[in-house]
Amino acid sequence: MTCSRRDFLKEAVSTTAAAVLPLSAFVFLSTEEAKAAVANSTVRYAFLIDTNKCVGCGMCIKACKTENEVPYDAPVTRMWVERYIITKDGEVHIDSPMGGRDGFTDNTVYGEEIDPKNIAKAFFVPKGCNHCDNPPCVQVCPVGATYQTNEGVVLVDRDWCMGCAYCIMACPFGARFFHPVHKIADKCTFCYHRITKGLQPACVQACSFGARRFANLKDPDDPVTKIITTERVAVLKDLYGTKPHAFYLGLDHDVR
Amino acid sequence: MKWHVLHPLWVGLGVVGLIIVAGRFLVPDGFGVHGRNFTYGYYRLGSLQDWKDFPVKYQGRDSCAECHEENVRLNSASVHAPVQCENCHGPAVDHPDSAQTLHVDSSRELCLRCHAQLGYPNSNRGAMPSIDDRRHKRGRECRKCHDPHNPREKSE
Repeated sequence: MTCSRRDFLKEAVSTTAAAVLPLSAFVFLSTEEAKAAVANSTVRYAFLIDTNKCVGCGMCIKACKTENEVPYDAPVTRMWVERYIITKDGEVHIDSPMGGRDGFTDNTVYGEEIDPKNIAKAFFVPKGCNHCDNPPCVQVCPVGATYQTNEGVVLVDRDWCMGCAYCIMACPFGARFFHPVHKIADKCTFCYHRITKGLQPACVQACSFGARRFANLKDPDDPVTKIITTERVAVLKDLYGTKPHAFYLGLDHDVR
Repeated sequence: MKWHVLHPLWVGLGVVGLIIVAGRFLVPDGFGVHGRNFTYGYYRLGSLQDWKDFPVKYQGRDSCAECHEENVRLNSASVHAPVQCENCHGPAVDHPDSAQTLHVDSSRELCLRCHAQLGYPNSNRGAMPSIDDRRHKRGRECRKCHDPHNPREKSE
């Protein structure tokens, strides 16, 4: 192949021009614009759950279902309370009948009655959406119907969700479910309609024991934030790298 | 180059153009990157308002105190002070405007949620004053003897 000097220069100039052209699509932002673009919010909500305080009354589940119009008798729930009973022979019994909606009033786990004399330890762990910093459920949505707000709340756009359920499969915590009425994915909204009006989420308000609390992590004077930042707190399934924002006090190694 | 070589290119560009034009009409207003990046913050802006407009059901104790001052004061001084009114009385929603009365849950099962004896050592549940459901006044409503607003007092 031969190439004259004229041809070489011609090709070089046109190739450079074609390569530079897409650069014009980039925009240079001012500091304020850049801050807004990376969602520099003064609010970042998080849960603090104290498993030492939970008595398994299930009032949070009842309040959540009523507040958020989740079908009450359908086996779906935005959050749930798990009971862990570890017997003296080392066996772990875990149950959450109807998500703990009606509380735990006897020692029967899946039809097997456990004698209180054989219990080494037993406790309750409220669970739900962790409003992760890197939510895998948001990453997999093929239509942009689920997203993270600037306050860190993970929401579903009910008008745009088509119910493909990818996000339900993607959540490592099982916090999402298929809404039997709206036929779309549904999840905890952190009671977005309440917290944006200065109210507490329904579950936090319904908890009589302070087992569920919520914090604004970006407010250093928030008493709950102080606990999260100064005391020893754990998160569920840390290894998944989703950076969960539901922090737990008194978590046991048997909790998964 | 010959026409038949470039033909697929023009078809491909045409399809891309069609998708872009169709998107202008089909994608709702407000779609864009509003959060921290495209991966997590690409959504329809109106969705935020949709969620903010969701009706609030549980109004909280302070709202109850506006009219039922006496009951709230009595309850706030008792060991049941941390229990929200609406946990037993049901969500106020728009009471008293449209819902004149609330359905009070006075069932034994409601009390048993906290006060059924399970015998869990080192759990807050184990520290609760509790009864053995099978032995203590079987099947009777708790409030026949205990005043839920002030449980240390016997109800009349």
